[in-house]
Amino acid sequence: MNRFKWLTVSTLIFFVSGCTLYSGPGPTGSSSMSSADDNDPSSYGMGMDGDDSMERIGDDSFAEPLDTIIYFDFDRSDLRLEYDDLVSAYAQRLNANTLATVRLEGHADERGSREYNIGLGERRAQAVRRAMLLNGVSANQITTVSYGEERPMAFGSNESSYQQNRRVEIVVIN
Amino acid sequence: MRQGNIIRVFNNKKILLFLIALLIQNISKAELTIRITQGVGKLTPVAIVPFGYDESSANLSKEITEIISNDLLRSGRFSSTPIENMLQKPTTGAEIDFDDWSILGVEAVVVGKITKGRNNSFNIQFQLFDIFKREQIVGYRLPANEITMRRSAHRIADMVFEELTGIRGVFDTKVAYVRSNVSRDRSSYALVVSDSDGENEQIILESKDPIMSPSWSPDSRLLSYVSFEGNMSSIFVQNLRTGNRRKISELPGINGSPAFSPDGRQLVLTLGGSDGNLDIHILDIASRKLRRLTYNRAIDTEATWAPNGEEIYFTSDRGGSPQIYKMKVNADRATRVTFEGSYNARPRLSPDGNKLAMVHQYRGDYRIAILDIKEEDFLILSSGKQDESPSFAPNSDTLIYATKLRGNGVLETVTADGLVRQRMAPKLGDIREPVWSPFLKL
Repeated sequence: MNRFKWLTVSTLIFFVSGCTLYSGPGPTGSSSMSSADDNDPSSYGMGMDGDDSMERIGDDSFAEPLDTIIYFDFDRSDLRLEYDDLVSAYAQRLNANTLATVRLEGHADERGSREYNIGLGERRAQAVRRAMLLNGVSANQITTVSYGEERPMAFGSNESSYQQNRRVEIVVIN
Repeated sequence: MRQGNIIRVFNNKKILLFLIALLIQNISKAELTIRITQGVGKLTPVAIVPFGYDESSANLSKEITEIISNDLLRSGRFSSTPIENMLQKPTTGAEIDFDDWSILGVEAVVVGKITKGRNNSFNIQFQLFDIFKREQIVGYRLPANEITMRRSAHRIADMVFEELTGIRGVFDTKVAYVRSNVSRDRSSYALVVSDSDGENEQIILESKDPIMSPSWSPDSRLLSYVSFEGNMSSIFVQNLRTGNRRKISELPGINGSPAFSPDGRQLVLTLGGSDGNLDIHILDIASRKLRRLTYNRAIDTEATWAPNGEEIYFTSDRGGSPQIYKMKVNADRATRVTFEGSYNARPRLSPDGNKLAMVHQYRGDYRIAILDIKEEDFLILSSGKQDESPSFAPNSDTLIYATKLRGNGVLETVTADGLVRQRMAPKLGDIREPVWSPFLKL
């Protein structure tokens, strides 16, 4: 409990310091892909993860955990519509704190050749990256890595395991 | 349907004829016969008589005889007479009674003995005899010690193999592979080198992060590989004797699929960049100069060199599905090589340049297939569901690849004609990505 509070406070301090450092060019920093500029991230962000206690929303909006995994259909690397909200939620936080970065880790299921699967995992990571860029996140806040089939989430050789393994994991680095 | 559109676009008759010719060519490619092999060949009966010894070398003799015998049996081309069935146990040619071996139906006999040398060394003497002709085929005396003993035994097996089959033996070679123990909370990966029989394992690198795509230098002294240390992919080159390693590529995005050029001076590799467009590059190892070969939006990866060093083969899905392409390293156009089925990846050329091995999807399963480049014969060699990573032995006659046994990665070898398939003894952990070393220097 204490640790959680400490994390919240330190995250807040971090975000505040980030904002002061980057007061000049605005929330998207130097990115050329600022198509989402008309969404003011700071006002838009507050209500997102709302619960019924007014005080807590403001304090926890950045600490509230977001889903960290995006799943993909077989042989596909396009982002399903259902993930639009998740991607824009991440985009908001990154836009609000331009010092924060994300690492997008792409994965593939085990079928087929390993280095080609590295390519498939990267395609998925890039799909998430593009969606974030379209949401105004600066390119230098995003790194991608593809693990292909080397780091499975599920260990079976069946479709339900494959579904869980075709994914992008989003890792926030402060 | 696509051809219909093209014909409508071009009204010129010459172009139409040209397109029809192209179409016919494609159809003839599609008529390649796909053969599936059973992995059973004819076995030549041989006898490996226990080598003679003095008081000090009894264990050595047993071990050496076993290594030679196991090598020959593992090749899948020989059957051997059990020791208890032998009517005599000669240790030199002069002691052989050819009638005794004829009765047993044996075609060739190996005899030998261990004699003491200077200090801690010893000599292994062996002779191979043709029972029908009643004459010696080959015989040598090799100096050895405790450390070189295994290699000497493999070399004897290689000489016997070559004399009896006409094919250079590959028992005295190494295999590198990746072993992993992956679970949700804790994973470990190791890059391992062993003798070709899986014995004498040497761990080259251990990591909690994935290790991938080992590749031998042509002199067998270096391994190049991909490591994910620090949450990013990088390519390393490591000296096997000293253990020293150099990070040779760590650009943003993917650094993958390294392969040494035949002269050992360059690596062909895959780079993805920040925007994740995988393309083939060539890196000059000494100067670190980088040259980009492909510019396609598709995934271009898994490049490998033709033995002449002038051409590369690689996987690309520029046509919609992964297929094998080739291009000259000094040109900028690639041509498609594979037309069978919707998935062909991870090409590897035989060292003699005649055959192309790959991962091929057949009825939903991933199999090892081989394309005879001149004859255009397409042969499916393996029988698993998830077979991958084919790698030729330096004699071009045998391949090693990874398959699954009850969900666990194990290694198998198969001859390029598909007649002999063998599983390497399963070991602990999940084994994959085997790569056969070049011939070793003596």
